[in-house]
Amino acid sequence: MVHRMTSPSGAPASTATGPYLQVNDLKVRFTTEDGVVKAVDGVSFAVERGRTLGIVGESGSGKSVTSLTVMGLHNRKRTQITGQILVGGRNITAMTDDQIRRLRGRDMAMIFQDPLSALHPFYKIGGQISEAYRIHHKVPKSIAKTRAIEMLDRVGIPQPQKRAEQYPHEFSGGMRQRAMIAMALVNNPDLLIADEPTTALDVTVQAQILDLLEDLQREFNSAVVLITHDLGVISQVADDVLVMYAGRVAEYGSAEQVLRAPQHPYTWGLLASVPSLHGNADEDLLPIKGNPPSLINVPSGCAFHPRCRYAMLNGGPCDIEVPELLRLSLSDEPGHVVACHLPERQRKTVYEQEIASVGVAI
Amino acid sequence: MLRFFIRRALLAVLTLIAISITTFALFFAGPADPASIMCGTKICDQRTHDRINQVLELDKPITTQYVQYMKGIFVGRQIGDIECPAPCLGVSFRTREPVLNILGRAAPVTISIVLGAAVIYLIVGVSLGMLSAIRRGTILDRIAVGFSLTFASMQIFFLGLLLVYIFVYGLGLLPRPAYYPISEDPLKWAGGMLVPWITLGLINSASYARFSRAQMLETLSEDYVRTAWAKGASRRRVHLKHAFRAAVTPIVTLAGIDLGLQIGGLVITESTFSMLGMGRQAVLAVLNLNLPIIMATVLISAVAVVIANVVVDMLYAVIDPRVRLS
Repeated sequence: MVHRMTSPSGAPASTATGPYLQVNDLKVRFTTEDGVVKAVDGVSFAVERGRTLGIVGESGSGKSVTSLTVMGLHNRKRTQITGQILVGGRNITAMTDDQIRRLRGRDMAMIFQDPLSALHPFYKIGGQISEAYRIHHKVPKSIAKTRAIEMLDRVGIPQPQKRAEQYPHEFSGGMRQRAMIAMALVNNPDLLIADEPTTALDVTVQAQILDLLEDLQREFNSAVVLITHDLGVISQVADDVLVMYAGRVAEYGSAEQVLRAPQHPYTWGLLASVPSLHGNADEDLLPIKGNPPSLINVPSGCAFHPRCRYAMLNGGPCDIEVPELLRLSLSDEPGHVVACHLPERQRKTVYEQEIASVGVAI
Repeated sequence: MLRFFIRRALLAVLTLIAISITTFALFFAGPADPASIMCGTKICDQRTHDRINQVLELDKPITTQYVQYMKGIFVGRQIGDIECPAPCLGVSFRTREPVLNILGRAAPVTISIVLGAAVIYLIVGVSLGMLSAIRRGTILDRIAVGFSLTFASMQIFFLGLLLVYIFVYGLGLLPRPAYYPISEDPLKWAGGMLVPWITLGLINSASYARFSRAQMLETLSEDYVRTAWAKGASRRRVHLKHAFRAAVTPIVTLAGIDLGLQIGGLVITESTFSMLGMGRQAVLAVLNLNLPIIMATVLISAVAVVIANVVVDMLYAVIDPRVRLS
C-alpha cells in the first residue's frame, strides 16, 4: 500500500529524497521461556526531516521496542526482526552490529525517559557529552569539551562552563534532561528518537523541554520520533500520530486527523481518559476497561476486541479476523488509516454521540 | 569529608574499647581457670594453684586487671620479673614471652597468605565474573559458572591437600608449602606460599566470580549503559568504561571487608598447611585459656576490620562522586 510509505501529512515537494526514517512492515519477536513475544507485528510509518511523529499507546503496546529496534539497541541474539527500517535510505535490518554502531549517536540519537538513570552517575556531565562527540569525531579532548560546553549552552543550561564539571546528581530533573538532549544532539543527528522524554519531569518543566525540542528540531531540521502515552504532549508537538496497540498499528494519520476525527475505538479510549479544560466538567471520563494484552497470547482477530465497547456492534468479525489498516472512504482525509471492523458510518455516529462530548484534552 | 572521617575514627576507637571489655568479661565470666591448666595433668595442690594465680596477677579484681592491661598497651608494664615495653599486650601465660613477640611471628605468615591469595582471587575471580556476564549464555559463561560452583563447594583442607598430593608429591611441580620470612629469601618465601595462595585463591575466586558476574549483569541492564550503546560507543568502551566502572564499586567493598577479616586469621588454611599464623595461634590460645594471646588476637582482628572499613569508605568516596557530597 502506497500510503504506508509516506507520512500522512504528505512531504513537501522539495524533499525529493523522501522520508528520512521509513519503517516497512516491521515485525519484532523475542523468544522467551514462556513463548514467543510478538512485540511489534507489522508496523509501517515514515518520518521526514523537520517533522515529528508521535507514537502513542499504553505500556506494552510495542512503541519502545519499535524505537529501540530502529536504534539497533535490541538484544540481537534473542530478537527476530523482519521488515525494513530505512534510515536515510540505508536498511538497518540488513546491517552488521558495527555498521549500526557507526550510525548510532551520529545519524540517529535517542533521549530516554528518566535522565537520572540514563546518565552515568560516576562521570561528569561535560565528559559524558564530549564522549558522545569523540566517539564519532577524531578530535582532541579539548575540542570535544568546548563542543560539549557549547551544546550545554545551546540547550539552555546556565553557566555551562561550570555545569560541565558537575555530576548528574548535582543537576535538577529538568537540567538533566537538557543535558541528555545536549548529548543526543552533539553530533547533529538527522533522526532523534525521544522515548517518553517528559514523563519523569514535572509539568512546568515538561513544557520547557518540549519547547526546547521543537526549537532544536527547527534549527537542526531533524526527523523526530516522540514516544509517549501523553496525548497532551502529542497535541503540542506532533505532526503525525501513530496509535499502537498490542504491537500493531491501530490508527495512523496527521495529528489533526487523529486528534480531531479519531476513528479507532482505542484512540477514542485514550482521548476520553484525559480530562479537558474545555469539556464539560460534569461529564465522567471514559477510561478503557481492562489491561493491555500479553504479547505472547494476543487476542484473536482485532487485538483490542476484548476491551472494545463497540466490538461486535455490527455483528462483525472482530474476534476472528485481524482488521486491515485501511484508508477512510467517506471523508477526504489523505493518509488517515485505521484498522477497525466497524463500518465508517457507524464509527462516525458513535464518535459524535458518545465520545466527542467527553471533552478530550485537545 | 574530613569531619566524616574523624567521626568514623572516633567510632572505631569506641568499637575497639567495647570489644576489649567484652572479651575480657567473657573470659572471666566463663569457667576459666588457667592456673589449673598450667599446673599440669597432676592433681594441683592449692598452694601451687594460688602461686600461679599470683604470678599471673589473676588474683586481682577483674577491673584492676583490665586497667593494667589497657595501660600496658600505651605505656608498657612490668609483669612479675618480665619487662614488657609499650605497646604491651601482656605475656603468654605459658611461655612468659611477651605476646607482641609471639604475634610478631604469626602475623607475617597470615598476611603473606592473605595478600598473595587476594591478588589471585581479585584478578581471576573478578575477570572471570565480568567475562561470563558479558558473554552471558555462552559456553564460556557456563564454564565459568561451573567453575564457581565447583570451587565454592570445596573445602580449603580438601583442595589444599589435593593440590599438595598431586602437584607437590605427585608431579613435583610445586614446592612444599612452608613459611620462610620474605626478608631472608623472597623466592623461597613465594615458593613456600604458592600452594596456600592457589588454594585460597581458587576457592575465593569462585565466590568473587559469582558476585562480580551478578554485579556486572545488573549494571549491564542499567539505563546509563543503554545510553552508552546509544551514543555508538564500542563494545569494549561500553563494557569497561561504563559497566565495569559501576560494577566494581561493591566488589571493592567486599574485598576490603574480606581482607580485614582474613588478617585476623585463617584458621583452616594455616592448619591445613601447618603454618603458625594468627588464626592457629588464636585457637591454641583458646584451648590453653591463654588470656593475653586471646585478647591480643581479638583486638588485632578488630583493628584490622575497623581499618578495612575506613579504607573502604575512603575508596568509595574516590570511586563514587555521589558519596563525596553527602
